[in-house]
Amino acid sequence: MILVVAEQRQGKLNRATWETIAGAQQLAGMTGAPVTILVTGANAGSVAAELAAAQVEEIVTVESPALEPYTPDGFTAALQDAIGQLSPAHVLLPHTYQTRDFAPKLAARLDRALVTDVTAVKHVGGGAAFVRPMFQGKLTADVVPQGPAPHFVTFQIGAFRVDQAAKGSSSAPVRALTVSVDGAAIRAKPEAPFQQAKQAVDLSQAERIVSVGRGIKDQTNIEIAQRLAEALGAEIAASRPICDAGWLPMERQVGSSGQTVAPKLYLALGISGAIQHLVGMKGSNTVVAINKDPDAPIFEIADYGIVGDLFEIVPAMIEALKG
Amino acid sequence: MKIAVCIKQVPTREWQPRLNDDKTWIREADASFEMNEPDAYALEEALRLKEKHGGEVVVCSAGPARVAQVIREALARGADRAIHVEDAGLASADAFVTGAALAGAMKDETFDLVLTGLQSDDQGFAQVGVIMAEMLGLPHATIIMEVNVDASTGSGQAATLRVKRELEGGWFQWVAMPLPAVLTIQSGINQLRYATLKGIMAAKKKEIKKASLPASVASKQKIVSLYVPEKGKKTQIIAGAPAEAARELVRRLREEARVIQ
Repeated sequence: MILVVAEQRQGKLNRATWETIAGAQQLAGMTGAPVTILVTGANAGSVAAELAAAQVEEIVTVESPALEPYTPDGFTAALQDAIGQLSPAHVLLPHTYQTRDFAPKLAARLDRALVTDVTAVKHVGGGAAFVRPMFQGKLTADVVPQGPAPHFVTFQIGAFRVDQAAKGSSSAPVRALTVSVDGAAIRAKPEAPFQQAKQAVDLSQAERIVSVGRGIKDQTNIEIAQRLAEALGAEIAASRPICDAGWLPMERQVGSSGQTVAPKLYLALGISGAIQHLVGMKGSNTVVAINKDPDAPIFEIADYGIVGDLFEIVPAMIEALKG
Repeated sequence: MKIAVCIKQVPTREWQPRLNDDKTWIREADASFEMNEPDAYALEEALRLKEKHGGEVVVCSAGPARVAQVIREALARGADRAIHVEDAGLASADAFVTGAALAGAMKDETFDLVLTGLQSDDQGFAQVGVIMAEMLGLPHATIIMEVNVDASTGSGQAATLRVKRELEGGWFQWVAMPLPAVLTIQSGINQLRYATLKGIMAAKKKEIKKASLPASVASKQKIVSLYVPEKGKKTQIIAGAPAEAARELVRRLREEARVIQ
């Protein structure tokens, strides 16, 4: 059995779960194993009803007061118990921050393999291999998990599309599973999530974005990118290191820890294209990359690219836009 | 406070990837290496906690002989001593092996706090910190942007930790937990310091204890093939002198892509 662990918060399903279901169905096509979806937490029932539309064997719900709010201790204990009862061959999860917080603990507890940030599933030598980026996306690896099942796999956000998940002709059956979690053994005490500052800039609505990365080299050079943004009628944005350095405010950060954008034009200046950045902008219509490194991963998703010095190219672009 | 910081040595950002002959790992001889950036932030956070609360910062690294370079650098920035789990096989080890190597080296030290970067810039597992926590039987929190320690006030009151965890899309969350604990640190949590000449000189006298890899640790994943990624899109690379390429790009954005006026 292939077990998909759904992610939900207060009854709201994380859409990346549907991507994981699509990946699970692809793996099922190779191994012939049925797919089961596990929904954990308070409100698991309403999420289960939504997921029952998927073409899967069944939906299993696990509700326990120890699962709300989320803690790595609570989730590890509950999933350890559920996995013991269900005996899956693979356990698949979306590579979210929450998964990253508990999945390595769960795999270590069970002494099993965990392959993270997977972008595709492949058939290699009679078994499944999992494709994942390495070295900041400069290389790709086909990885085969070793040792006994279950093998844990997390899928990179956006690796599969939500609409790739096949829907069933009728609703999948939903079954409740009882697990025992010792609430007293939960060591972390989480407080309510909050947003640091109201997002004054909503980059998700921008039609055009000029985004700067490490290649801009110095805070004083941001102005060059700003002038290009003005000439294009674009918003200015940045990759994480630029906001970490305080060269642009955090609210202008694009990527997994910042905003997700999908403009008509995304112009990346001196951005190498680390995966944490790409997940925030790969829905853009037209991507332009200007970078001195011809092997920068950003060129893999760019429609247009110039390999060269942005300090020569950007002023020339501003000039050309005037004409 | 006795703080451990786990650091990894990774290829530099400028490194151009070259593969070994059987295409399952990189050609290490061609690579130059540096401290994994998120680990550098973890080290900085440890040094700041020591400045505030006193104690000791011990840098731990699991890797081949070459990682001595980043250990020296960490000592030069202000760490007090180091533990180096040295084994040639650790260069390409998976997160379980690395986690077991580091947890094994730390288990007799009784640290109050273990810090490491949220992931490495080489294999990028984002697992080692959490695996170590499980192996050491400690609570943990990941992707941390602020660390506050309430030191024990005596009279049986235990020291506690309150950390700011980054969630996705600009959301955060405070989490409290008892010490000792393991934290994975997000890049940008602080401003990095550089080593001073005095620090570099002092580092030469600091202890680096060698430890060996626990014998019974087996890899849990195998790289069967490593390659340069296939391009997903057909990228039009515009060649020519800068001014000429810039003009051509603007023309194509106007006339082909029609994304600007």
